Amino acid sequence: MDFISFLVAYWPTLIQLTAEHLGIIVVAMALSLALGLVVGIAISFSPRAAAIVLGINGLLMTFPSLALFSLLVPVLGIGSAPAIAGLVVYTQLPLVRNVYTGLTGIDPALIEAAEGMGLTPLKILWKIKLPLAWPAILTGIRTATVMGIGIGAIAAYVGAGGLGVLIFQGISRNNDAMVIVGAILISAISILTDRLLARIGDRDRS
Amino acid sequence: MIRFDQVSKSYGRNRQVIDDLTLAIAEGEICMLVGPSGCGKTTSMKMINRLVEPDSGTVLVDGRPVNSVDPIKLRLNIGYVIQEIGLFPHMSVADNIATVPVELGWPKPRVRARVDDLLALVDLEPGLYRTKRPRELSGGQRQRVGIARALAGDPRIMLMDEPFGALDPLTRAKMQDEFLAIQEKIRKTIVFVTHDTDEALKMGDHIAVMRAGRLLQYGTPTEILRHPADTFVADLIGSRKGLKLLRLLDCGSLMRQGAAAADLPVLPARATAEQALSEMLRCGCRSVAVADASGVTLGRLDLDDLIDRVARDD
Ligand SMILES: Nc1ncnc2c1ncn2[C@@H]1O[C@H](COP(=O)(O)OP(=O)(O)OP(=O)(O)O)[C@@H](O)[C@H]1O
Ligand SMILES: [Mg+2]
Repeated sequence: MDFISFLVAYWPTLIQLTAEHLGIIVVAMALSLALGLVVGIAISFSPRAAAIVLGINGLLMTFPSLALFSLLVPVLGIGSAPAIAGLVVYTQLPLVRNVYTGLTGIDPALIEAAEGMGLTPLKILWKIKLPLAWPAILTGIRTATVMGIGIGAIAAYVGAGGLGVLIFQGISRNNDAMVIVGAILISAISILTDRLLARIGDRDRS
Repeated sequence: MIRFDQVSKSYGRNRQVIDDLTLAIAEGEICMLVGPSGCGKTTSMKMINRLVEPDSGTVLVDGRPVNSVDPIKLRLNIGYVIQEIGLFPHMSVADNIATVPVELGWPKPRVRARVDDLLALVDLEPGLYRTKRPRELSGGQRQRVGIARALAGDPRIMLMDEPFGALDPLTRAKMQDEFLAIQEKIRKTIVFVTHDTDEALKMGDHIAVMRAGRLLQYGTPTEILRHPADTFVADLIGSRKGLKLLRLLDCGSLMRQGAAAADLPVLPARATAEQALSEMLRCGCRSVAVADASGVTLGRLDLDDLIDRVARDD
């Protein structure tokens, strides 16, 4: 089966798989961002906790993703749950690290001025630290999301669907067109997302 | 108004930073803290708004120990200016100035009016500067905004830690003059840290000279110039004490009341004795006429009187 006839025959499936893929990514990124913000903010108050948490995160990232996803199946079953959990684990490091460096890289004079004027620690976080750390946090979101879209292909392996299905089925059926279409769609989504988030960053800066 | 009562502070076991500091600062005055780097000026100042807590002794504001006041409430009612200024770069000038009023829960129209009043007070056109970001301002303009921000909640006390330290000498002198003019109107109790003795002599109603955490001398600029407590204070003030005294006396208080010859140079009553002497040297005369703001002659200042008064101990 050649490329064009593949696209013509399969386009409804392609759209469905893309939607599945995006769905998993959106849910995983939302959870990961929430967790990353909480952890990043928490460790910004303690350099020692930061060293430990960032170290563990770094270790988790070196764990092969296929193995991690498989290990999550006995715990969370088949489907999108282990996929989302795995993605959250993998995207934590860039998020936590960027939230942390963003919050701790702020000019201490600003914090001192805010404190001396009578802002509470919570107000300082909300009104001063988070807005100033936002560019760094956004960079973290960008890196994590692009990473997540790629790793999301492996979600098909644990039955979560998504564009990875094309790659896994393509390989088992010896259908090169299927593998290539899956790979190209994943790349395209990554590039588009990356550009979009970069745009948001540029807009915020001006 | 502000009192330090036997206050001590150490960092670590044998790093005594403040050593038994006792000091009373009167309402409506500018108290200058001077001394070499690391002598504890900033630390002392930060004890007033509880950014630093003493190990022993008490700091009192209006007779109340500050450690009995909630630190947030305390700080909202004490203006604070630091050398780095610390304007929030992601906020407009107006939002920076509005920080404390917003925290105090003022209604929006009142906050807006206050911001404009303060911009005008520090000589920045509100319409032009309200919406600017700090990075669009010069160093001097930033410091003006910093002062406006510290005044915003109408605190009775202002703490200023080397506010003009980073400015070039010209801008610095201008800011000093303007700040003194503002203080004439607002009459805050001000604690002002500097390590520039000339700034201390010029701005202070009282000067506290510190060294290695101890208070060496507390007095008016004239007292400190005339009777330095020890050689350290004398060295700190430096040479040409007589000329420095000239800057502290004004023509209005030195002159003899009455008429003055019409051909004499005329100086305003608030001109310094230094300006009067300079005028005498320039025109080769031994007297100047002193006039009020509208040009009406108040009296005459003679060179002999000037020398007597500067040298006389009173
Ligand atoms: N948080 C801290 N921990 C340890 N030592 C400190 C701390 N804060 C200040 N010190 C030390 O206390 C001493 C006094 O510091 P302080 O900042 O009050 O000096 P200063 O008179 O303001 O000096 P400068 O003119 O350089 O600003 C210094 O020796 C400083 O190193
Ligand atoms: Mg200091």
